[in-house]
Amino acid sequence: MSIAVIQFGGSNCDRDVVTAADHLGLTAHRVWHTDAFPTDASGVVLPGGFSYGDYLRPGVMAAQSPIMSQVEARLGRVPVLGICNGAQVGAEAGIVPGSFTTNTSARFRCEWVHCRVETTSTPFTAAFDEGDVLQLPIAHGAGRYLADQETVHALEEDDRILLRYCDASGETSPAANPNGSVGNIAGVIGTHRSTAVMMPHPERATVPAVARSSDGAPILRGLAESVS
Amino acid sequence: MPRFAAAVTVRLKPGVLDPEAETTSAALERLGFDHHGLVHADRFEVLVEADTAETAESTASQMAEQLLANPTLHTYEIEVQPE
Repeated sequence: MSIAVIQFGGSNCDRDVVTAADHLGLTAHRVWHTDAFPTDASGVVLPGGFSYGDYLRPGVMAAQSPIMSQVEARLGRVPVLGICNGAQVGAEAGIVPGSFTTNTSARFRCEWVHCRVETTSTPFTAAFDEGDVLQLPIAHGAGRYLADQETVHALEEDDRILLRYCDASGETSPAANPNGSVGNIAGVIGTHRSTAVMMPHPERATVPAVARSSDGAPILRGLAESVS
Repeated sequence: MPRFAAAVTVRLKPGVLDPEAETTSAALERLGFDHHGLVHADRFEVLVEADTAETAESTASQMAEQLLANPTLHTYEIEVQPE
């Protein structure tokens, strides 16, 4: 039983995920994208970074990697979490609806943000209460989540919004939205509730020695401990 | 088999904010250019072997659908010319 952290050319948060998992006493291994997918993987992380230099669009090249069909074949059977560039990969691969594109500000945003837990009915947020406000870091230039109105409405109806950017009190104001995402959406859930992507980095909010918050820890622990 | 030059132009859908185009537009203004409605597009040019121009266009369209454009964000146009 181990978390497979898929390493594409240009991924750069894969080690962070393994370090965070180690800190939590979980087992995680990096898997190079051309290597065989580990059959005993009990969870998958698509990590952050700049896979393939963000050529064409962030995440689109990694989404074409053959290992993604292995990941897609396991959706619903093992939890899959895309983080930052991994969220962009997941959206480009179609494992969640919508797309992440250039921040409204056209600036790279690297800062701590607040996110409100919108649902606890996923392995990643099961340890929280709905409405909990998490402190998590972001680091992205293309985190603006976009989907047409119909898709966003369907996501809301199906309780498939994972996190929304908010202020410290949990209000989802435009001022608390770091990238212009529709509806302040910071993370969405796929067809299966054990498939999700999020722009903030839970692995960077896990080890207290290097982070002001450890609000990301339950997200990674939930990924590792869930039985889908 | 005949060869065709296909050009795929990918643009953001109307209404999708383009911060890069806005930044470019601001830079043009600083250079003194009075202008409006700057739109950024990506153009891909590719040679395709096909029996007919229609088949070449269909191939280029599949390239756009599967990779070059993202249906959430983009529209695309295709032009095909015999090489």
